[in-house]
Amino acid sequence: MTLAAPSVSHLPAGLATLVAGRRRVAALAVGGLVLGCILLALVAIGQGAISIAPGRVAEILWARLTGDVALLEGRNVLVVMNIRLPRVLLGLLVGAALAVSGALMQGLFRNPLADPGLVGVSAGAGLAAAATIVLGDRFLSGTLMKLPFAVLPFGAFCGGLISTLALYLIATRQGRTSVATMLLAGVALGALSGSMTGLLAFISDDRQLRDLTFWSMGSLGGASWTKLSAIAPIVIPLLLAMPLLARGLNGLMLGEAEAYHLGIPVQRIKALAILLVALAVGASVAAAGAIGFVGIVVPHLIRLAVGPDHRLLLPLSALGGAMLLVGADIVARLVVAPAELPIGIVTAAIGAPFFLWLLLRRAGPLDV
Amino acid sequence: MSEPRLQDALVCARGLGFTTGGKALVRDATLDLVPGTTTILIGPNGAGKSTLLKLMTGEVRASAGDVAIDGETLTAIPAWRLACQRAVMAQHARLAFPFSVYEVASLGVDGVGRAMPRPRRDALVGDCLAAAGVLDLAGRQYQTLSGGEQQRVQFARTLCQIEAGRSIAPRQALFLDEPIASLDLCHQLALLDMARAIAARGVAVLIVLHDLNLAVTYADHLVVMDQGQIIAQGAPAKTLDDALLRQVFKVDLSLSRAPAPGLPFLLPQQHRISPAA
Repeated sequence: MTLAAPSVSHLPAGLATLVAGRRRVAALAVGGLVLGCILLALVAIGQGAISIAPGRVAEILWARLTGDVALLEGRNVLVVMNIRLPRVLLGLLVGAALAVSGALMQGLFRNPLADPGLVGVSAGAGLAAAATIVLGDRFLSGTLMKLPFAVLPFGAFCGGLISTLALYLIATRQGRTSVATMLLAGVALGALSGSMTGLLAFISDDRQLRDLTFWSMGSLGGASWTKLSAIAPIVIPLLLAMPLLARGLNGLMLGEAEAYHLGIPVQRIKALAILLVALAVGASVAAAGAIGFVGIVVPHLIRLAVGPDHRLLLPLSALGGAMLLVGADIVARLVVAPAELPIGIVTAAIGAPFFLWLLLRRAGPLDV
Repeated sequence: MSEPRLQDALVCARGLGFTTGGKALVRDATLDLVPGTTTILIGPNGAGKSTLLKLMTGEVRASAGDVAIDGETLTAIPAWRLACQRAVMAQHARLAFPFSVYEVASLGVDGVGRAMPRPRRDALVGDCLAAAGVLDLAGRQYQTLSGGEQQRVQFARTLCQIEAGRSIAPRQALFLDEPIASLDLCHQLALLDMARAIAARGVAVLIVLHDLNLAVTYADHLVVMDQGQIIAQGAPAKTLDDALLRQVFKVDLSLSRAPAPGLPFLLPQQHRISPAA
């Protein structure tokens, strides 16, 4: 060390304790959330018309993994493997995707209130899905409409991607993306998508309207291995890209110019984050309908617990989102059993008051 | 103090121009930053000092002329390699989320010093926090600090980047845009001393300053800008004179000389607003 000031060449005791403390909290949070996800998943798989003890669920899953045929008998195995497990896995994936998308958007916009729902990505996906439901009968051939679960997700996915691309093109001038323009344009695009969705609801018949309503509130019902295999290849790259994005987003917290000075390829990080968010949100909306507030509540809670460092925030948000959605699904199936509530109602009932509380506890005016 | 030798220059700006909205913010600026030399850029508000600095760091793309670092065109160097060659402390740094002082300073090492083992990185951050005089603030939230403290934390972050990049790029440049704007006198001097110490180690340092006394005290090479153009540059004692002060800064001052080291100094107490201005 050749700095002119007296070199400490190791961290002073107080600071070393502080750094170590932060790392211990982080390790605890990772451990706690992983454990929470596993336990909630076991409970969720066991819960339903046929109740299965979490221990037996674990046994069945373990037997399936190790190929122990002796334990794989009885009808519970079919219930677990064909109905409950895909549903829980879908919940984990969608929850993780929504929460990470929220955290990425907030990092990108340098604003804790940003969310895919806010910039119209979810609304675009929703519009495309509504169009599939209402107009599908008239314009698509009969054979295609026999596969509603293939057409609807694809439509929603395209809608999310198109609205994100439109947003990006509107906000980018001379190779630089203006975050403020993107936020404002996103609100406008979201309103436009919303009004078109309203129009579609207006011209729909009774059956379509019921489909539309149910779908717009979100549900993990109808999960299957086919559906999972369709969304997993889209969501998993998002999760894998997290470490790559984390350092860049940390630098972006200082501003785009500072991030560039720190050696971060700012345009590339922004483009990658936007693309991944569009894909993940499109896939989530496609698979489970519109589920709000996961993307805003989870990252905020994680930030309160371990701080805003994205290297921790992103993976912990994934775990937290997964856990929240599986938990909300348990509630959704419990309160009106044997029927089930749309999961979007549960997450919004938890999320909206929390969002208001976030706004109220801010000391100063919002700074977008 | 010797005149910088051109053949040693690390950062070379040739005929730089930047025009936006029909207004030329910088015109035909030619400037060399030499390792081991502290270059100080002065000029009135709106003279184009910060814009010139932004052009030379690559933050803003020039509309005319070009910048080379170590003989390589600035725009051709990827961001990560550039980050090892130069560190920049900008005028305003706002932070979006409640990072701690330690985390903010670490940002300087996280990218450039990725190859370093964690204990070395931690120690480096500690050293730089100490050098910038903010070690005792390490656990605080950046947003709760005063403007001057925030500025010193940003300086610590910039030091981290220079230190971490040194093993990768031995020839480095440091850019400081009004680094002492919010500091008290004691910390102003400490920061400028530190900047000179870094220059003494072979770094090319460029500082934008407003205080003319500090500028002539700390500069090896003084650059005066007005209305987007460099109108004078050279050794401080030879560059500033009464006519220049009147023309550029619109103040009727006479330059005085301190007896002992022969450095020029100014007494703003004498000033009166020139009717010609």
